[in-house]
Amino acid sequence: MKGMTVIVKTITSWVKILIFLFGIYIILFGHLTPGGGFAGGVILASSYILIMLAYGRDFVEENLSLPAASRIDCLGAFSFAMIAILGLVFGGSFFVNFLFQKYLPGQPLNLVSAGTIPLSNIAIGLKVGASLFLVIVSLSICCKDFRPGTSVNKKKE
Amino acid sequence: MNIPLPLFVVIPLIVAFLLPIIGSLGGKGKSASTLLANITVLVLLALSILSLGKSDVYQVGKWTIPLGINLVLDGLSVLMLVAVSVVSFAAMLFSVKYMEQYTAKPKYLSLFLLMVAGMNGVVLSGDIFNLFVFLEVASIASYALVGFGCEHEELEASFKYMVLGEIASIFVLFGVALVYGNTGMLNMAYISKSIQQNGMNPGLTFALGLFIAGFGLKAALVPFHAWLPDAHPSAPAPISAMLSGVLIKTLGVYALARIIFNVFGLSLPVAWILLALAMLSMTVGAFLAIGQRDIKRLMAYSSISQVGYIVLGIALGGLIMVKQQNIVLASLAILGGLFHLLNHSVYKSLLFLTSGSIESATGTRDMKKMGGLTQRLPLTRATCTIASASIVGIPPFSGFWSKLILVVAAVQAHFYWIAALIVFVSLCTLIMYLKLQRYVFLGDLPEKFKKIKEHRGTMLASMVFLAVLCVFMGLLVISPTLKAIVLDPAVRVLIGGLRYSKNIITISGM
Repeated sequence: MKGMTVIVKTITSWVKILIFLFGIYIILFGHLTPGGGFAGGVILASSYILIMLAYGRDFVEENLSLPAASRIDCLGAFSFAMIAILGLVFGGSFFVNFLFQKYLPGQPLNLVSAGTIPLSNIAIGLKVGASLFLVIVSLSICCKDFRPGTSVNKKKE
Repeated sequence: MNIPLPLFVVIPLIVAFLLPIIGSLGGKGKSASTLLANITVLVLLALSILSLGKSDVYQVGKWTIPLGINLVLDGLSVLMLVAVSVVSFAAMLFSVKYMEQYTAKPKYLSLFLLMVAGMNGVVLSGDIFNLFVFLEVASIASYALVGFGCEHEELEASFKYMVLGEIASIFVLFGVALVYGNTGMLNMAYISKSIQQNGMNPGLTFALGLFIAGFGLKAALVPFHAWLPDAHPSAPAPISAMLSGVLIKTLGVYALARIIFNVFGLSLPVAWILLALAMLSMTVGAFLAIGQRDIKRLMAYSSISQVGYIVLGIALGGLIMVKQQNIVLASLAILGGLFHLLNHSVYKSLLFLTSGSIESATGTRDMKKMGGLTQRLPLTRATCTIASASIVGIPPFSGFWSKLILVVAAVQAHFYWIAALIVFVSLCTLIMYLKLQRYVFLGDLPEKFKKIKEHRGTMLASMVFLAVLCVFMGLLVISPTLKAIVLDPAVRVLIGGLRYSKNIITISGM
């Protein structure tokens, strides 16, 4: 797994950051423009997948280790649920957009508007990005150097 | 004050996402995550018991129906919630020790809680699309749990389960799409209102057929049962208990009853179809179970037969209601079906837990290789015998009462052949569980099992808890106050039929 040629590596090193920034943009402007947490998360993951294709899996695992990705994955889902719970605490009903109704109405079409929706988008973006990354890495593990003894949930003998 | 209904879904969901993070902190984290999971299940049990006898409609995010999502708590939902919580509490307590033999315990706990969240969601959901979403959450968690051992046989069973389960989900999704296309609504109450005003059309009839096939697959009624005898034995024992105990009932029987009774409304052909499926499941499941040598496979086939009983009770009630217009008899039959549902979730999960105890002590599931285990596993034997007596229907154990009610209802409605069939299948059940007792616990103890020890502690505690329930569950129909709290509201929901939509719409203040 040494990766691809110099040309691909060089281009990747320039492009990856643009893709990553574009993903962040899609997530943050999810309530204003087309896109949102899911689409942005997929773009975030795709920048890592590009690095994985160009430089090989080991390089990408040094950058973002699998346990760390798994934690981000759980954290995203957890914070999404917490935002909903906060609606119950502050707004009186589950999933109420309490920020928009009480604390932070904001102007339409501004970045800071729509209450909890951008926060939910960020949580979903983290969740989708990390889990899609994990899915692709797991698939690549299974296809290349899969050893029968290395499966995660092995029964202790 | 009413309990906010989303808590039933959100508490397990939040803890499920926390557990892998806590579990990755090393040895302490692992035991902390186990403790946290147990506390969560206990809290859910307390919440579900507290909400007995209440009814509530919750509008998520204060969006009014039919625009928003609503959660509905009524008698039937509470009954299912209690069943799910009791079984998941026992199974979780059992897993504390049992799951030590696998390496990734926090992941297991996380998937377990996701499954519980999905089932609670299915039970509480007030619109059919969310019902589908939660059905998928619960099913996908269960696919992963069936294959949790990652060995050849388990992965194969999991794959088969996944393919058939997804076919079922696709049927349900197509049904939802057809209903949406024909009525313009996703909320159950409003769909029902629209059907009452405009009548059925071919699209809706086809959707009803898809729902029967989809939920029938999830409930493992006989023409759709092929996945169950592979999937349930391959899972770890507490998961088999959850799958057989509550998953097939919440995703299958509950959803079927809800859609047919409360949304589409009963009709004579539908009641006959359900009755035919139920009787087929009862007999075929029982016949297939008798020949099995693997303990868990035997129990899995017997689950098919017992789900037949439950659907039989509900369908018989529907048939009496449509054909003879006799509400009293119809409620008696439905009471029998729902009580059997509750009983079956308790004793079948107990049976699977005892099978887990036997398997972890002896290392095999083949009955022919065992024998005389009553000397080495006395308490497992005692609980297993209680559960077997209960499933066969020996008084005073719980199974007797539900079967008695079913027989009485069938005889009074002049369906003598159905009563005869119930008794006959009970006899087959007796044969298979006598066989289990004979081969596993009686006879000579093989040399290699002379030294085995019974697991004490939490595994035993959960089995004894369920065994005590098996003995005392009969009180739910004998004592009028308990019956009025637990079972009667559930029966009223199904008997009420299409009044469901009017109730929901008035409660939510539209």
